[in-house]
Amino acid sequence: MIKRLTCIECPKSCLLSIKIENTRVAKVSGNECPKGEKYAIQEIENPMRILTSAVLTEGLSLKMVPVRTDKPIPKSKIMEAMGQIKKIRLKSPVKSGSIIAENFLSLGVNLLSTRRVS
Amino acid sequence: MVERELVIVGAGPAGMAAAISARESGITDILLLERDQCLGGILNQCVHTGFGIEYFKEALTGPEYADRFIEKIKETPGIDVSLRSFVVRLTREKVLTYIKPGTMEDIKAKAVIMATGCREKTREMVRIAGTRPAGIFSAGLAQKLINIEGLLPGREVVVVGSGDIGLIMARRFTLEGARVKAVIEIQGKSRGLARNMAQCIEDFDIPVYFNHKISRIYGRDRVEKVIVVKVDENFNEIPSSGFEIGCDTVLMSVGLIPENELIEAAGVEIDRKTGSPVSKEVNKTSLPGIFCCGNSFKIYDLADWVSKDAALAGKMAADYIRGVK
Repeated sequence: MIKRLTCIECPKSCLLSIKIENTRVAKVSGNECPKGEKYAIQEIENPMRILTSAVLTEGLSLKMVPVRTDKPIPKSKIMEAMGQIKKIRLKSPVKSGSIIAENFLSLGVNLLSTRRVS
Repeated sequence: MVERELVIVGAGPAGMAAAISARESGITDILLLERDQCLGGILNQCVHTGFGIEYFKEALTGPEYADRFIEKIKETPGIDVSLRSFVVRLTREKVLTYIKPGTMEDIKAKAVIMATGCREKTREMVRIAGTRPAGIFSAGLAQKLINIEGLLPGREVVVVGSGDIGLIMARRFTLEGARVKAVIEIQGKSRGLARNMAQCIEDFDIPVYFNHKISRIYGRDRVEKVIVVKVDENFNEIPSSGFEIGCDTVLMSVGLIPENELIEAAGVEIDRKTGSPVSKEVNKTSLPGIFCCGNSFKIYDLADWVSKDAALAGKMAADYIRGVK
C-alpha cells in the first residue's frame, strides 16, 4: 500500500510517498531531507506532535504565558493535555525555557514557558 | 530638534533584524520606536512553532524567535529602544513625529527604516452581504484575544479563506474546545502552506470547502449562520448550490495589506494594487534614505525571510548614512 502525506517538519511541505508492507514502513520517497523519512515512519507508527498553547497567570506582568512541550507527544494525547494546560495558573515569574510542568501527563516531556514574564 | 543617524519604526521581526544589522554595519546612533509595551510585534501572539527553521536551523515558537533578537538588542550598546511610541507623521526631509505617554517628540533622521508590518483584510474588503452582528473577527485579532488576552471569542466557528493564520487559528480554536465547522476557500487549493493544511486541518478533521465562498452572514446581535455557495472558475456563484452553516463566529483569513500610510504621506510612491512601495530593489522606496522592510515592503510567507531581507535593509541604510556623511 502507498500512502501520501505532507511532511510538516519545515515550510517546504514535501509530499511524501510511503510504501507500507505489513503495517510497517518499507520505503519513503518524495522527501528532500532525512527529516522527512523520520517523520513518515513516526507518522505511520505513532503520530506525535509538539503541543503549543498558553496558560493563565495570576499577579504577573502578562495575563497569558505561551507554553510548549519540549518534545513531541502522541497525537492521541493532545486534547487531554489541553485539559491540563487550562487548569494551570502560573503565579511566579519565568524565563523563556523555564519548566512549567515536569514530566507532563507522565509522558516523559516537560511543559516549557516560551516567553519571559515578570 | 533631536537628530539621530537612523530611526527604525516598528520592532517586530523586521525592525529588530534591521536594527541589529545596521549596528553591525557600524551605525552607533540608532533609535528603535515601537508602539507596543514590548519588543517582538506579532511574533508574541504566534505561540505555534515553525519559526526559525531557516534562520536558526531549529523550530521555535514566535515568542522564542522574537527572544533571540530581543536579547541581542538589549545587550547591544548603540540601539536605543523607545516603547509605547507611536509615529504619527513622517516627512520627505526625514522628520518623524511620535507620541508616547505624556509627550510628543519631533526627531530628524539621516535615514529611516519603516518596519510597520501589515494589516489584515476585513469582511468589507471581500464584500460579503448580510447583517453586521458581533462575532466577525480577523484571524489575527482572534489570535491576540486567545493567546495574549486569554479570551475565547467563539464556540462554533467558520473560517473564511485558507491563509496560514486562518489555518493556525482553526487548530487553536479546536484545542480550546470550540468547534470549527468549516474552512471556506474560494480558490481550488489552499493559500496557506501545505504543512499547515496537514497539521492544523487534517489532524483535527476540519471540513474544508474549496471553490466555495460565503455569500451572506446572518445574525441580529451575534452571528447566527452563514450561507455558503459553490463558485465556478470565474468565482461566480453557481445557482442553487447554497447551503447553511450555523455558527456564532466568522474568522476572516483573506489576505494581508502592507501598512504604508506614513511613507505615502511623506511622498513615497505606493502601488495601489498591492499596497507596497513602488521599487525595483528590495527594501527601497522612491525617496532616498527612506527604506521599508518586512511585511510593510511586501507580504512574506515566513518570518525567517523577513529577518533575512530586513537585515539587508539595515546594511543598506548604513551604507546610505555613510554616503551622505
